[in-house]
Amino acid sequence: MKILWELFYCFAVIGASTFGGGYAMLPALQREVVEKRGWATEEELMDWYAIGQCTPGVIAVNTATFAGEKQAGALGAIVATLGMVFPSFVVISIIAAFIQGFADISAVQNAFVGIRACVCVLIFNAVVKLWKSSVIDWKCIFIFAVVFLGSIFLNLSPVLYVLLAGFAGFVIKRWEMRA
Amino acid sequence: MSILLRLFWEFFKTGLFSVGGGLATLPFIYNISDKTGWFTRQQIADMIAVAESTPGPIGINMATYVGYTTSGVVGSLFATLGIITPDVIVILIIVRFLQKFRDSRAVQDVFYGLRPASVALIAAAGWGMVKIALLNLDATSFAAIFQWKAIVLAVVIWLLTNKIEQTKKLHPLVFIAISSIAGIVFSY
Repeated sequence: MKILWELFYCFAVIGASTFGGGYAMLPALQREVVEKRGWATEEELMDWYAIGQCTPGVIAVNTATFAGEKQAGALGAIVATLGMVFPSFVVISIIAAFIQGFADISAVQNAFVGIRACVCVLIFNAVVKLWKSSVIDWKCIFIFAVVFLGSIFLNLSPVLYVLLAGFAGFVIKRWEMRA
Repeated sequence: MSILLRLFWEFFKTGLFSVGGGLATLPFIYNISDKTGWFTRQQIADMIAVAESTPGPIGINMATYVGYTTSGVVGSLFATLGIITPDVIVILIIVRFLQKFRDSRAVQDVFYGLRPASVALIAAAGWGMVKIALLNLDATSFAAIFQWKAIVLAVVIWLLTNKIEQTKKLHPLVFIAISSIAGIVFSY
């Protein structure tokens, strides 16, 4: 019981103290999970990140699940994950309520017009960064182009593109091996 | 289907199929907006700004925010549980054969194709954002298509985040704050 509470608390602290998730969370994980509690080694943490990168879902949640599982099995995994999302849940609910109440004020509206321009740039930066690590040859460029144009002009679920692209990657690599 | 179960289900799919963290959930949230009309694309922009400026993983923050917008605190609970459930299940399975998974040729091959698709989906979502934030495609004259004030601001933010050493490493929160002040001062 004590370990479950400890897991919840540890990941709630990590969730509350980092902005942005993903790699932004790494220093907090190193401090709380590796150095303070010795629940994992530095190498294990890196493995979790690597797997988190290439499995579905939110990377921070993946690391919490790994750490929780290691300490206390499936229940530990669930508790650690709930701890990780708890601060988001509280903070966002408060802010969402606050913003809905103030959305009609013109200064708030103007602020959000400015913010939206900024968000465009943040997305662009994220895409450029991901492009460098993911689009490594002309076949990747081709997959990128098909999915990009497809999702702009056709109204299909992103799920479809993810499945097709995964299948394409598998087929391309097998075909290359035989050639 | 009740709206809460629908929220859970939509975010379950998001959690299961979005790969790469952060804004990887964005194309799915666009898709939910188009399908259900629970919230507008402009609201999505506001959600991104809030999700980037508050503690916690962006994907979780987005789910919580969408859930709240749709049906209050209970909604955020169902959306958040929806997005984390497939995650936890997948990792619990992987943990059983960790090393095999990492070294698997087939897994690596699938991800070779999957990663560029993930980037493309986020880029397409970004284009959707550009259309509402920087352009005005309903305009009658060519010059009116571009929202110049917003475009100038975007260029400034791009320079600050990419070209200027002193500001490059700052947290997104800083740029969001600068942009909101610019929005108010120049009354966009």
